[in-house]
Amino acid sequence: MKVRAQIGMVLNLDKCIGCHTCSITCKNVWTSREGVEYAWFNNVETKPGIGFPKEWENQQKWNGGWVRQNGKLQLKIGGKRRILANIFANPDLPEIDDYYEPFDFDYQHLHNVGDTKHQPVARPRSLISGQRMEKIEWGPNWEEILGTEFEKRKKDTNFNEVVQKDIYGQFEKTFMMYLPRLCEHCLNPACVAACPSGAIYKREEDGIVLIDQDKCRGWRMCVSACPYKKIYYNWKSGKSEKCTFCFPRIEAGQPTTCSETCVGRIRYLGVLLYDADRIESAASVANEKDLYQAQLDIFLDPHDPAVIAAARAEGISDNWIKAAQRSPVYMMAMDWKVALPLHPEYRTLPMVWYVPPLSPIQSAVQAGHVGMNGEIPDLKSLRIPLRYLANMLTAGDEAPVVRALERMIAMRAFKRSQQVDGVEDLDVLKQVGLNAVQVEEMYRYMALANYEDRFVIPTSHRAYAENAYDLKSSCGFTFGNGCGDGNNDVNLFGTKAKGVRQVIPVELKD
Amino acid sequence: MAHLNLFAFGIYPYIAIAIMVLGSWIRYDREQYTWKTSSSQLLESKQLRKGSIAFHIGILGIFLGHFAGLLMPKELWYLFGITSAMKQMIAIVAGGIFGLICFYGLTILIKRRLFNPRIRATSNPMDIAILLLLYAQLILGLLSIFVSVGHLDGQEMLKLMAWAQNTVTFNSVAAAESISSVHWIFKLHVFLGMTLFVVFPFSRLVHMLSVPVQYISRQHQIVRQRFVR
Repeated sequence: MKVRAQIGMVLNLDKCIGCHTCSITCKNVWTSREGVEYAWFNNVETKPGIGFPKEWENQQKWNGGWVRQNGKLQLKIGGKRRILANIFANPDLPEIDDYYEPFDFDYQHLHNVGDTKHQPVARPRSLISGQRMEKIEWGPNWEEILGTEFEKRKKDTNFNEVVQKDIYGQFEKTFMMYLPRLCEHCLNPACVAACPSGAIYKREEDGIVLIDQDKCRGWRMCVSACPYKKIYYNWKSGKSEKCTFCFPRIEAGQPTTCSETCVGRIRYLGVLLYDADRIESAASVANEKDLYQAQLDIFLDPHDPAVIAAARAEGISDNWIKAAQRSPVYMMAMDWKVALPLHPEYRTLPMVWYVPPLSPIQSAVQAGHVGMNGEIPDLKSLRIPLRYLANMLTAGDEAPVVRALERMIAMRAFKRSQQVDGVEDLDVLKQVGLNAVQVEEMYRYMALANYEDRFVIPTSHRAYAENAYDLKSSCGFTFGNGCGDGNNDVNLFGTKAKGVRQVIPVELKD
Repeated sequence: MAHLNLFAFGIYPYIAIAIMVLGSWIRYDREQYTWKTSSSQLLESKQLRKGSIAFHIGILGIFLGHFAGLLMPKELWYLFGITSAMKQMIAIVAGGIFGLICFYGLTILIKRRLFNPRIRATSNPMDIAILLLLYAQLILGLLSIFVSVGHLDGQEMLKLMAWAQNTVTFNSVAAAESISSVHWIFKLHVFLGMTLFVVFPFSRLVHMLSVPVQYISRQHQIVRQRFVR
């Protein structure tokens, strides 16, 4: 047993209101630069839909993630030799139009236009070529709240094997849910394995997957290998970039920007201990539907004395072990089993998990449309097809999704009877395998969701590891060349001077 | 004229190689963030696939051909029973084939770089300059085939071999002398070739020093420690 720690994340989709605050704050902090205008380390998709970039879940098209061949794992884009053979031109690379052509508007025109017969408009211009765009045809969130025709959205691969999927195109039958997405910081990352330069790595201390910007040479294989399409090629710097899990904040014990600013308080951060020796065997189980359980099996119980001893032997500090013991992520994934991984069939063992959404079910129950199964409603007649959620979260196995949803319904039923009727409805709990203590905890974490309960992040010991005296007066952030950013106006090595692109000449009038 | 000849073919090669080595070294050390392939495939993929694969296959063939052809001593060729005349034919045929493949790819790449609005807008001057330099060099190389056809005995080639081998063994005067009587196309080709060495560290060409050969033997996953304990 080799114990390693990771800061994992859970997103409670049941409470996501699709406000995009996470995306915007992330954008402002990390990708508001030339070259990555189109990149969203965090984005929120409305499902069902093909998502961002287009059809990212369709691995027949993009060849992301791993496949099992003769019992061994191999990248779907091919073995090492094939990757090197494709190094001159990557056949599996999305083009900018698969994301969207970034644009801005000629706002200055509104100020300068002078007297006109018609109301002036700010027309769009490409942020890449600088040319006028007559029509914007795609964006990072084109399918917002079921925008675009169902004919296009039904290409969503989560519809696979959903019976009569065409009926969900009817207005009365339609359904939707939000899916905020970021890098999964996988235990078995495909991007790391595909990087010819060895520039991408997973950090031992907290499991964050990062790209060494100095070592990246821009071979672009990571973009193809990542099945979540969460690595973005910066066309300006010629390097790939990805979600950093806001590591400077995590190191200081603060939540990531997306989590901190989440209005719906749907995000949870906590330590998970896992057995690094069993990653490969867990990722290569034969049946895709067993991958969820296989990943659960390599998570270690932080209360187990043997695990604690092994963790200490690996140098994991006591504040990390303590944090693991009160980790909300562990509770939701392991104790209550309400959180599920996103697309475990990609075999990357993702570490950002999701609580399936319940809200459409509740409203249907109240309207009296849904049949009952004992104390709780029959999930079979719900608005979001179970199979759809199962395709997204458990490789098609409906049982874990049913368990998660039923437990959440049971929690509500129990609290309702307790608060409104003044009785403790223990039958409803018994049916879903919970007890009153557990449900009170679930209620505290999932319904109240206090800041201190959502984010249990131990600080790293940077002060001990680095000589603080050496850091005095040094750069906060550098690309290894002192305080230069490798992008100076007078650079000897041919990079373009950075500056503001003036999309329309400014005319000053009296 | 003799002085100019000595400078161009006896001294300039050393300047060029020094700039290449030192320039690359400093860039790798100080500005590794700029050390990259500078791929523009994200912005345009179809033409790149057509052009880039052909260009790279062609230029790698040409590069290996020049390396073997210029630097292997003629005695070594004789040992394998290959006369100068035979070697001249090999050079013409192999160089011609790879040269044409490269020409096909480079033409597509230049057209794409200059006329695709997205690529043009995101190119820096060196991206364009390096393509045009390579194009000029390639065309000179292909033109030299016509000159070589007039010297099928391989004597002209022996002079160029002597230049290269004298250069790497630091006989700069002998090197300059041995090349003084070849056709001007060869001279221009050699001079431009040395100029490519000069430009090397200031352009995207540096990516060829980072061919990821170690990837084959590397394990899939990489784990790094943030803090050395």
